[in-house]
Amino acid sequence: MIVRILGEGRFEVPEADMPAIEQLDAQLTDALDRNDETEFDSTLADLVGQVRHTGVLLPADDLQTSGLVVPHPGSTLSEVRGLLSEES
Amino acid sequence: MSVMKRLSGIVQAKANKALDKAENPADMLDLSYEKQQENLQKVRRALADVATAKKRLELQATELQGQATKLQDQAKQALAQGQEDLARQALTRRAALADQLTDLGTQHSQVEAQQQQLETTATRLSTQIEAFRTKKETLKATYTASKAQASIGEAVSGISESMTDAGMTLDRAQDKISQMQARAGAIDELIDTGALPDALGGGKDDIQAQLDATSQAGQVDSELAALKAQLGAAPAGGALPTASEPAPGTATPDPSGPAGGAPS
Repeated sequence: MIVRILGEGRFEVPEADMPAIEQLDAQLTDALDRNDETEFDSTLADLVGQVRHTGVLLPADDLQTSGLVVPHPGSTLSEVRGLLSEES
Repeated sequence: MSVMKRLSGIVQAKANKALDKAENPADMLDLSYEKQQENLQKVRRALADVATAKKRLELQATELQGQATKLQDQAKQALAQGQEDLARQALTRRAALADQLTDLGTQHSQVEAQQQQLETTATRLSTQIEAFRTKKETLKATYTASKAQASIGEAVSGISESMTDAGMTLDRAQDKISQMQARAGAIDELIDTGALPDALGGGKDDIQAQLDATSQAGQVDSELAALKAQLGAAPAGGALPTASEPAPGTATPDPSGPAGGAPS
């Protein structure tokens, strides 16, 4: 699976490592829904770390598209909420 | 739906929208290429803004630091003069400055994070643009073949997604920069209006004025004492006790000793 971290690039993550990322994604979604900033900040940091750690950064001239997108590292809950409000 | 899936949907939608304007694959390629270059320029401009914001924060920190050091010195001086209230006042102001300095430090690390992210974006964009430029010409030369059309589609989607990311990163950086500029502006204003204590303008420093007044008074006392000593030495008469009489009248309470006590 190709996962993009906004502002950083795309990472090719082996399928075997995806469940851990999906788990963190679920936790992040939960923190967002509960408006829990502390939990959101730490989960986002873990998620970013996990993608960087298990994935391989694709070169900039590789033009494959991604299937999942991680918010900018260090984004706040309200920033991400702002981004998501752009959904049509 | 999860945050990552929703964000992915948003990025794809933005990327597709950017491509809608193109009529045919060849146009798409040219349009993407132009857009990428525009984006790179914007990122570079934002980088310059970030550098300016950082410099400004550093200048403010230096200025506030200087004021804090000065207040610390003033507190010492006041204590040495036995003016504990004045020392307390100086230290209170210094504590307020310390808060501002901590805030500036936080902002500074935020600016640095922005700078780093924008630098990464700029590097990746320029590598990408260079790679895309070569690819674009090859694809255009063969775009009538159906297979080539498919790869044009892929290449363009990929590039459009990266451009969208760069655009979103840029928006975020610009938001941060304007927040920071607003805060820096507020601090400048505080310094200018003197709401922050002791705004560089040495003239309006009340703590310093009190310290100076006290040390002046001290100097007057010792000059007076010296004069008395001279007078007392010359006539060798009983002048000393009488000359010392007006001293309490000048209202300089001197805990070091009763009036008339010549220093030597």
